[in-house]
Amino acid sequence: MPCHDYLYRGLTPQGVARRWFLEKCGIGLGAIALHSLTASAASTDPLAPKAPHYTPKAKHVIFLFMAGAPSHLELFDNKPKLAEYDGTLPPADLLKGYRAAFINPNSKLLGPKFKFAKYGQSGAELSELLPYTAKVVDDLTIVKSMVTDAFNHAPGQLLMNTGSQQFGRPSMGAWVTYGLGSESKDLPAFVVFSSGKKGPSGGNSCWGSGFLPTVYQGVQFRGSGDPVLYLSNPPGVDEELQRDSLNSIRKLNEMRLAATGDPEISTRINSFEMAFRMQTSAPELMDLSKEPEHILKMYGAEPGKPSFANNCLLARRLVERGVRFVQLYHEAWDQHGNLVKDLKQNCKDTDQACAALVQDLKQRGLLKETLVIWGGEFGRTPMVQGGSDGRDHHPNAFTMWFAGGGMKPGITLGETDELGFNVVSNKVHVHDLHATILHLLGFDHKKLTYRFQGRDFRLTDVAGNVIQEMLA
Amino acid sequence: MGRMRRLGWLVLAAAAGSGLPGQNASPPERVDFVRDVKPVLEQSCYSCHGPKLQMGGLRLDAKESAAKAIHPGKPDESSLYQRIAGMGDQPRMPMGGKPLDAAQTALIKRWIEQGAEWPDHASAKVEVVQEHWAFRPPQRPPIPKTRNKTWAKNPIDQFILARLEQEGLSPSPPADKVTLLRRLSLDLTGLPPTIEEVDAFLRDRSKNSMEKQIDRLLASPHYGERWGRHWLDAARYADSDGFEKDKQRWVWFYRDWVVNALNKDLPYDRFVIEQVAGDLLPNPTQDQLVATGFLRNSMINEEGGIDPEQFRMEAMFDRMDAIGKSILGLTIQCAQCHNHKYDPLTQEEYYRLFAFLNDSHEANIAVYTPAEHQKRAEIFRAIADIEAGLKHRMPDWAERMAKWEDQVRNDQPDWTIVNATAEDISTGGQKYLPMEDGSLLAQGYAPTKHRVQLIVKTDPRKITAVRLELLNDPNLPLGGPGRSIKGTGALTEFEVATAPADAPEKTTKHKIIRATADISLPEAPLEPMFHDKSEEQKKGLRVTGPIEYAIDGKDTTAWGIDAGPVLRNQPRKAVFVLEKPIELTKDTLLYVYLSQKHGGWNSDDNQNNNLGRIRLSVTDAPDPVADPLPANVRQIITSIPREKRTPEQMQAVFSYWRTTVPQWAEANEKIAALWKQHPEGSSQLVLQRREKPRQTHVLMRGDFLKPGKAVEPGVPAFLHPLPPGEPLNRLTFAKWLVARNSPTTARAIVNRVWQAYFGTGLVETSEDLGRQSEKPSHPELLDWLAVEFMDSGWSLKKLHRLIVTSATYQQTSRVTPELYQRDPYNRLLARGPRFRVEAEIVRDIALAASGLLNPKIGGPSVYPPAPEFLFQPPASYGPKIWNEEHGPDRYRRAIYTFRYRSVPYPMLQTFDAPNGDMSCVRRVRSNTPLQALTTLNEPLFFEAAKALGAIALKNGGMRDEDRITYAFRRCLARKPNAEELAELTAFLNKQRPRGEEAAWTALARVLLNLDETISKE
Repeated sequence: MPCHDYLYRGLTPQGVARRWFLEKCGIGLGAIALHSLTASAASTDPLAPKAPHYTPKAKHVIFLFMAGAPSHLELFDNKPKLAEYDGTLPPADLLKGYRAAFINPNSKLLGPKFKFAKYGQSGAELSELLPYTAKVVDDLTIVKSMVTDAFNHAPGQLLMNTGSQQFGRPSMGAWVTYGLGSESKDLPAFVVFSSGKKGPSGGNSCWGSGFLPTVYQGVQFRGSGDPVLYLSNPPGVDEELQRDSLNSIRKLNEMRLAATGDPEISTRINSFEMAFRMQTSAPELMDLSKEPEHILKMYGAEPGKPSFANNCLLARRLVERGVRFVQLYHEAWDQHGNLVKDLKQNCKDTDQACAALVQDLKQRGLLKETLVIWGGEFGRTPMVQGGSDGRDHHPNAFTMWFAGGGMKPGITLGETDELGFNVVSNKVHVHDLHATILHLLGFDHKKLTYRFQGRDFRLTDVAGNVIQEMLA
Repeated sequence: MGRMRRLGWLVLAAAAGSGLPGQNASPPERVDFVRDVKPVLEQSCYSCHGPKLQMGGLRLDAKESAAKAIHPGKPDESSLYQRIAGMGDQPRMPMGGKPLDAAQTALIKRWIEQGAEWPDHASAKVEVVQEHWAFRPPQRPPIPKTRNKTWAKNPIDQFILARLEQEGLSPSPPADKVTLLRRLSLDLTGLPPTIEEVDAFLRDRSKNSMEKQIDRLLASPHYGERWGRHWLDAARYADSDGFEKDKQRWVWFYRDWVVNALNKDLPYDRFVIEQVAGDLLPNPTQDQLVATGFLRNSMINEEGGIDPEQFRMEAMFDRMDAIGKSILGLTIQCAQCHNHKYDPLTQEEYYRLFAFLNDSHEANIAVYTPAEHQKRAEIFRAIADIEAGLKHRMPDWAERMAKWEDQVRNDQPDWTIVNATAEDISTGGQKYLPMEDGSLLAQGYAPTKHRVQLIVKTDPRKITAVRLELLNDPNLPLGGPGRSIKGTGALTEFEVATAPADAPEKTTKHKIIRATADISLPEAPLEPMFHDKSEEQKKGLRVTGPIEYAIDGKDTTAWGIDAGPVLRNQPRKAVFVLEKPIELTKDTLLYVYLSQKHGGWNSDDNQNNNLGRIRLSVTDAPDPVADPLPANVRQIITSIPREKRTPEQMQAVFSYWRTTVPQWAEANEKIAALWKQHPEGSSQLVLQRREKPRQTHVLMRGDFLKPGKAVEPGVPAFLHPLPPGEPLNRLTFAKWLVARNSPTTARAIVNRVWQAYFGTGLVETSEDLGRQSEKPSHPELLDWLAVEFMDSGWSLKKLHRLIVTSATYQQTSRVTPELYQRDPYNRLLARGPRFRVEAEIVRDIALAASGLLNPKIGGPSVYPPAPEFLFQPPASYGPKIWNEEHGPDRYRRAIYTFRYRSVPYPMLQTFDAPNGDMSCVRRVRSNTPLQALTTLNEPLFFEAAKALGAIALKNGGMRDEDRITYAFRRCLARKPNAEELAELTAFLNKQRPRGEEAAWTALARVLLNLDETISKE
């Protein structure tokens, strides 16, 4: 993914030189001085914390990406009329210009497979498949009026993540860390987990840095083994040897820095130091055995057994440690068939942990500054695919929910028509969602830009409006 | 038509005009430029004819410039009015924008009628708008004079020095010989020098010792690997399709072509022509076909729900982008959706360029290595010898063959081709695209198991049999007729049914009693790539064989067509005779079911065994059999009189006829045995021109569902013109790209070569020399290099030599704080370059220094160690092949590492290698903790540390100091200084208790992790 442009682009030459002077002088004072000086040379570290355009509501984001596209009609968007029309053909004018991925759009309508009820003070409607979500429903902002442009997985996931169906654009997490930097000194700023049946269709590009410097790309963590690639020392290298080796590498690099004057060497020295810190901090982070029993139970997490639930708990731990953007992919929601069975399973795998995450962040006072996002790349057709137990891809309407980070809790926004086919009020396009998320993080989405190939690019491309109704 | 239209406008204008203020007053109110006209122009015209852009040299905010479009008093003769009103044949303005409404049009007309009064104060001051520098062809500038007369070694230096003198700076002294040799080796071959090479260079006291080294390195076959990698970035090379499935593809012939072309120093203009249009050169060689893989490096989406045309268009946009960035040095993709905002490129011009490329099949051909070519030649010679012998021994063969022809010419019944459509759900996600000849072409997602229901609506008729033809198509692997990676397919079962048109689900099955085909192979087990993990598979029941297997009611057996290399890619046919004829009425639907269940277990990988292009026909003849004659032979003998046949056609008829001659059985068997020895070869994605190019349309907002105006191929007005008199095809376009008068082509490539040497191009934005580009640091030098490059026959090696022999290049990279502050990015080049090498070279240095490197050049991509989980869900979308190499291929140069787009090789990704999603002509150079973890802990780096430790112990001498020095030099070429040696010795001694081997491994690991080891100094 990475291409173009330089790490320190946008920095004034004077800034670069100043950093170098600090470091150059630091060498004379010995290694300790060097470290503290380089560590505080904040203006030159591409991941140093930065202030956004306005005072932000949210400082962290956890995006629970339900890849494969969950059925809004079975989970959030109750359509009694659709049940009545089950087995009939949709109205012809509805299908004008409509393209479906697999089915002939003129397929029979399929009634919802699960019951709905109202929950909480807010009286939000949810499917019987989401008993845990029902308990935190008053903390959620449910948006039933999401729309997107893509109806195939890879392009749809790219659009949701990068604002474009084409490859090569930076992901939201990359934009956010580019804009805000990181508050964590020894963990990556943007961390990605993957669970479920498959990896996301968009592959690494879903968390890529596009044309932004590669420091902003998401770092994949794994629920078991080394959380980060090559985190463990090679066989036969113990901690003492690692420390000795790093000391020696540092001393030799410092000699070279003195001989050549190239400040890039001091950046490399820092990189090695942070790598060493990460070797301690990442395993500590991943060690869920220290979590109290009731917390593990709340999430349904089991130490040592990778799961979506574990990843949710890890997401909280990452946010606690200052990580800016955490994304959890759970690719399991592509129910062209087996709608009933698979949805039951998927909800069993995710409902409890999603709700626990919201609840846990709240009880720790982190929900205020942490935006939790739940959703996939599009919705599913009110029309049946196959016999009577599947739905095709549907871009015209789908549901997402949000919690914390300045979102207005306890509301349900937007409506679809009686079939759940089109949005009829409060349409929220993916670009609008991006604008709104950036707004909560303190950015004017039109001003968070990056010059590439002679043009200022942004996450929202040339569109996007902040949806005021979603804001607290 | 013009008159009608004009009249129409007048009427409209009058009608609309009544709504204008004061319109009822007579005479009409005077139109005021500032109040009435300017706002309209501002809203609709200035974005292209205003201060930023002057399309066609016209500025409508400046009186003088606008004068040529305005004939006061005569709107009909004013091009301003003509164009906004859509008069004549010219496209209506604003081009690609919303037309002016009737009232606005009438207003401008009236303003012109009234004399087009335009107060001076309302006119922009026209400064002579300087044409953007990069849009003028480069001219050789005079070489500047400098005060310092001794430093410069060649003209490059004079340009650099002149600027330094202007800035009050002086160049740095030359780097020492060792540093310089390491710099040269890394730059020219991507590998560090060996100790022997360093010593030889140090010993060589001759005046031209440096030149000798440069010659040696330029002649090294590793030169092509190092510089080829840069081009492969621009060509967005990868070994997989991208998108969700991201299946493996075989395109390494293209990668090797690039490496070889550079090693041969194929002139750059030729290099480009072959890649863009090698297939259109006269009698193209395999190499020239392979070269067109450049454009085919686009991603392919075979997700289940896709419209193949949508993603063909995406691929076309990607090709345009690649040509723009890599060849023209311009970003043109903005114009996909609208006129370019900054460069004078209209959307229409974009699609005219696009039209040049919109002429080809997405083809996949068989390709052979030189050894395989030789084998093929031997086989063909042997076959030709046998056939000549047959003819020799049967002098009247021609008469006999003619007699045979007369016998078989009319022995086939009439078949009626019927159009079929595939029932949506039954396709399993595969798209059956209707073709003009009545066939269906399978594209998109390829399920490994499906049973497609084909629906035929035909005139009332009696049917005794159905024929299935399997046809070739350039868009299928190796031309088909199947969709497997070898172009084969298997038919598990063939069934026929009918249903009433008003109750399509009420099917009646019709029994098939006999099946014949033009190929009948013995039973054979499925190849491993089609294994499906089923019980039947384990028991060995899944087989292919004769045509009867398609009507035996079993899902385990199928009709197979894999007759070995080349022969497996012939068209085939089968005929299925019904037990009882079917009487089709106009109210009957005919269903044909093609069960294709002989693919493997993973539909997300290359495991399908589907039919690729199929055609159905019916007959009412009694008991027909499949025509044993190949389709081309049948066509020749029925439609081409003997005396008009070409030698190839005669040969085709003979080659079939001889197989029917009983006394030639032995010779026929010999020939069949020869075919069995034919090499398998590999495949390569290429361009293949369609007989009829597609019609290109301007796509509204770049949406393939919104085609606008049809356009013909053409080039943008702001660039150089097409050569007059040449046909408007892709070859002409390719030649145009590298024409001597192209303003950007030579500049773009010399700038990128410069960028590779010095870290930044003379124009920093090397992908974009357009108006938004950064100003060149040394504009005259850029032009001088571009012209010199073209004048030297577009020789890249000469360009390299010119740069590396310059004093500029040979300066030391040491920098003082003063100079650093003055020029942190080294744009003025008062010092030599120093920066971290590219990802591939980071790996190659470790392999070379440790002695592990396998220097083999070319061949299929390889799988060095990588964490296995990356290639399995949920890390990867589907399971991916990664058979870690344990032989010598484990240590190949990184250019040969297999590249999956969706799962980039972690070590290369961490060091900023692009993954091939799009053309990249400028990499990022980051410096991160993940890089540190990689060089410290990644298995292959650790293997390198062990190997380097071991080789130092073995070959480094007897004393620690010697061994440390030896290991140090293998990494850094230079010798350690006393301080470094002391540090390393202390480290070694501290680790000694771990054992000798472990201590030396630890020491080597330190060396391999030094900044200097992975930097060019």
